[in-house]
Amino acid sequence: MGNQLVMYEEELQQINGICDVLQKDSNAKAVLVIDKNGQAIASSGEVDQLDVTSLSSLTAGNVAATGGIAQLLKEQEFAGQFHEGEKTHVHISLVAQRVILLVLFDERSSLGLVRLRVRKATAELTNVLDALIRKMEAGSQPSVFAEITDADIDNLFND
Amino acid sequence: MSFINYSSREINCKIVYYGPGLCGKTTNLQYIYNKTNPDAKGKMISLATETERTLFFDFLPLSLGEIRGFRTRFHLYTVPGQVFYDASRKLILKGVDGVVFVGDSQIERTEANIESLDNLRTNLQEQGYDLDKLPYVVQYNKRDLPNAAPLSELEELLNPTKVQAFEAVAPKGVGVFDTLKAVAKLVLTELKKGG
Repeated sequence: MGNQLVMYEEELQQINGICDVLQKDSNAKAVLVIDKNGQAIASSGEVDQLDVTSLSSLTAGNVAATGGIAQLLKEQEFAGQFHEGEKTHVHISLVAQRVILLVLFDERSSLGLVRLRVRKATAELTNVLDALIRKMEAGSQPSVFAEITDADIDNLFND
Repeated sequence: MSFINYSSREINCKIVYYGPGLCGKTTNLQYIYNKTNPDAKGKMISLATETERTLFFDFLPLSLGEIRGFRTRFHLYTVPGQVFYDASRKLILKGVDGVVFVGDSQIERTEANIESLDNLRTNLQEQGYDLDKLPYVVQYNKRDLPNAAPLSELEELLNPTKVQAFEAVAPKGVGVFDTLKAVAKLVLTELKKGG
């Protein structure tokens, strides 16, 4: 399974840092970084009241469907999406074809400001992701799975 | 595509339930959802039509426990079974770590089963996967119905590679957790091999 995403402490801290700055600079309610397959990676802001797992899965489904539409229309991709609610608005964009950046905002911010700050954050996230992929490919980090035994896996299912 | 987070010490995997329309994919997830401890599950999401047919996918996040200090989390998805939702099915297979094929045991659904299994193989190939190399199990659902085909016949038609197969009655839970455990175990074993 070569298509695995691995997240290390160092890169996660950097991604969290980028999320924090984006959330503050854009006056957003919350910022989420989500793997394209729907796993939440990092978040910032008012996330306590959010079902982050469900939000991540649905957002990834949404991005996948939009990507499918783009393909049908012979577009490479639609770079971003904006959903306007009564109180909360959602800005969704794809970063480096690998992760999804989700910004939730309300009347304290504006679409223009969010777009501007997302552009800066996207460039920074791309750098971190590139470094992460290089690290994964180099295989320099020890794998958790090397230590796991068949018995460990069996034990998980002994109930 | 599994996601291993060393920072939060989590292993995340994606399992997809595939099969023809009305074979019981959503029912499998509903049973798992109803019988799982509240602290081990998240909300189950069903993107369904007004007549409760799956439109895009069902989603259920499950926590299975810890392995060597890593929390193992499985994200279960179903695909929409109806033939014309093929574009959606392809999307849901992206990044899959393990597949459950849910066959409908009723004799009348034989062709639909075969068509869906062919469709699974083709759609996986399009995403660069080979069904024979993926963690994969088969479930024969609706075993309690009077028009259920003999097991040997289903095995011959739907399980030529002789992967693990389970008889099920999904609304009653028969075979549901056995199927889930088998595929989850295969996924973790595969990750171990790859790691």
